[in-house]
Amino acid sequence: MADDLLLHEPFENPARQRVAVPFGMWAFLTTEILFFAGIFLFYAHSRWNGGQAFLEGAKESAFWYGTINTAILMTSSLAMAIAERANRLSVMPLVRAMLWLTILLGTVFLVVKGLEYHKDVSEHLVPGPHFKLEHGPAEQFWAFYWTATGVHAVHLTIGIGAVMRLAWIDWRSDLSRRDTLIEATALYLHLVDIIWLTLYPLLYLAGRQ
Amino acid sequence: MSTRATALVDRELRSPSYLQNGTDLRSWLLTTDHKRIGILYALSITFFFFLGGIAATLIRMDLVTPAADLLTNDQYNRAFTLHGIIMVWFFLVPSIPTTLGNFLLPLMLGTKDLAFPRLNLLSWYIFVVGGLLTLFALVVGGVDTGWTFYTPFSTLYSNSHVLLAAMGVFIVGFSSIATGVNFIATTHMLRAKGLTWMRLPLFAWAMYTTSLVMVLATPVLSMSLLLVTAERAFGLPIFDPRAGGDPLLFQHLFWFYSHPAVYIMVLPAFGVVSEIITCEARRRIFGYQFMVYAMVVIAVIGFMVWGHHMFVSGQSAFANLAFSFLSFVIAVPSAIKVFNWTGTLYRGQIRFSAPMLYALGFVGLFTIGGLTGLFLASVPLDVHLTDTYFVVAHFHYIMVGGSVSAFFGGLHFWWPKITGRLYSERLAQFAALSMFFGFNFTFFPQFVMGWMGMPRRYHVYPPEFQPWHVMSSVGAAVLAFAYAWPLFYLGWSLFKGEKAPPNPHGATGLEWQTRSPPPKENFDSTPEVTAGPYKYHPRESTPDEVEQAQKPQEP
Repeated sequence: MADDLLLHEPFENPARQRVAVPFGMWAFLTTEILFFAGIFLFYAHSRWNGGQAFLEGAKESAFWYGTINTAILMTSSLAMAIAERANRLSVMPLVRAMLWLTILLGTVFLVVKGLEYHKDVSEHLVPGPHFKLEHGPAEQFWAFYWTATGVHAVHLTIGIGAVMRLAWIDWRSDLSRRDTLIEATALYLHLVDIIWLTLYPLLYLAGRQ
Repeated sequence: MSTRATALVDRELRSPSYLQNGTDLRSWLLTTDHKRIGILYALSITFFFFLGGIAATLIRMDLVTPAADLLTNDQYNRAFTLHGIIMVWFFLVPSIPTTLGNFLLPLMLGTKDLAFPRLNLLSWYIFVVGGLLTLFALVVGGVDTGWTFYTPFSTLYSNSHVLLAAMGVFIVGFSSIATGVNFIATTHMLRAKGLTWMRLPLFAWAMYTTSLVMVLATPVLSMSLLLVTAERAFGLPIFDPRAGGDPLLFQHLFWFYSHPAVYIMVLPAFGVVSEIITCEARRRIFGYQFMVYAMVVIAVIGFMVWGHHMFVSGQSAFANLAFSFLSFVIAVPSAIKVFNWTGTLYRGQIRFSAPMLYALGFVGLFTIGGLTGLFLASVPLDVHLTDTYFVVAHFHYIMVGGSVSAFFGGLHFWWPKITGRLYSERLAQFAALSMFFGFNFTFFPQFVMGWMGMPRRYHVYPPEFQPWHVMSSVGAAVLAFAYAWPLFYLGWSLFKGEKAPPNPHGATGLEWQTRSPPPKENFDSTPEVTAGPYKYHPRESTPDEVEQAQKPQEP
């Protein structure tokens, strides 16, 4: 299988190339983790200073939207993992089906998120002059909510785009020879999911007894 | 013609140099050749360097008199912000890694290209887009926050184009991250056969440690700029103290990147200077392993000292104590570097070539910058010196005296390899000396002024500071000459310079074992490494090399 790999310019050794792409992706994911670490630090800081008022803000988040979305996203993550594995075993129909399931569920996540945003806006949960709760820590919670979920949605959109690219390559040519590419994409998508798994308790479980 | 020369001509016929391999604009703008991308970067950062230099000229001219007679207060604020933003993010941070690093790292590792060639090209385009966005912000009115974008001024009060400038810097961060990831993967995956970690040239080590810092620090800056954007554009209360936000949080996030950024600027300089000194002193580098470990330690501890920028911000006394201690600790590996360069020079056969003059200048200026850093790491002295010209002089000694001298030294050292031409040694030596004197003339008076209490970022000042400011401005004129002068003789060498042999300095690195300029594939045959770097003197072989040499060679 390793010999089937398309060999690219600087590499003279397929085994090396196979490791290099996921290695580069891991290095990139480190930067992503540190990127989100900045905003998690903001959360920790606000919660420490804001105390109960911060949790009052957290109580307003739409628990069911968040929970359903978590289930949807985890399922899409599973589909991506199956696609990656099936590609290693060259079971191409399964790869195809799973890639499309990943795209579908990722998109559903974004749609549900959009509905939730609509609900949040109509309930005046956007920080500013018409904010529903008292200004201060509760407002800071919602500043975190909008920034974090917004940045996450951007990441997920890029991830869906990357999976679509895989589906495109599969349609045009032979995806099974590009298994480092599918592995790298899967790694990226899993990180986006893991970040959601960190966001979920912070956004939807905090402040609820 | 000897057979060797014939073979050389044959090879030249077989594969043209990377410069001749396509000459139209398309072949440059769509290239994935790391050498060409290095040149694209060199042209871009030179542009930004002179732009930042123009802002510096305005500042220095305005400061000749104690009154505000050239620029208004607001224009002055915008001028020093322009100078800071451009110089830090569009020149100093990318300077050595993206130009010399891009060009040399694969050559030094004995490979054809970086691990992800297309990512490399992409990172240049990202750099250009970020640069143009920032330039646009500066053209439509500029920014007055200083390069640090401190909140709440940047988010709530400033009436300038903070958003555009911050977005430009945010975008450029991706370029930095892409370069870092690429260098790390290349160093891990593509070293030539036999090139073990402890045989890597120090320049390659410098690129590797710099990349680690880039990859780990830049995203934190990106997030803090994104939070500034969220607050400024959408009114989300993040750092706003009226809503319970904390401007100190911004400072922590900002300096968590921006202190390591100093090491992004100076670690590559260490690499360049190590290569030049060992070659021009004809000696093996003194304490190779210590040099490597010192760089790694600097990269690690560099992440733990950001709080010394915040001694007077109102953070806790315990934090001050811890950050002060750690800032003193980082002086140890820095001193190891300086001592080891000195040790290398000791009993060396020193050639005072232009690159060597730049490198020696670096050692002197970096030492002054480092020692004055100890003043600032000590809390009581820092309380007196914070936000004075002492700080300005200190960081210019490190970042300009250090990093820029090394950049010029490296540019001269590898110029024959990059362009295939030799420059005029005399003119280059003159430029190197002018830079050293011009630099000290500009910035040494600022230490004195700062000690006397002249605050930074003021352009109306008590008349007793005027002699010092005039001295500084005269020095800046010399410095400006020293920076512009190489444009002429280096430019001239491109057309009229003598053709360079593969190894004009008699250096040992892999990059000298290929033609000048190298072919597109870098080497005519894949190199193999059998010994450590810097074998400048036969008596200086290590035991394992002696053993290696005694092994029966295959015919």
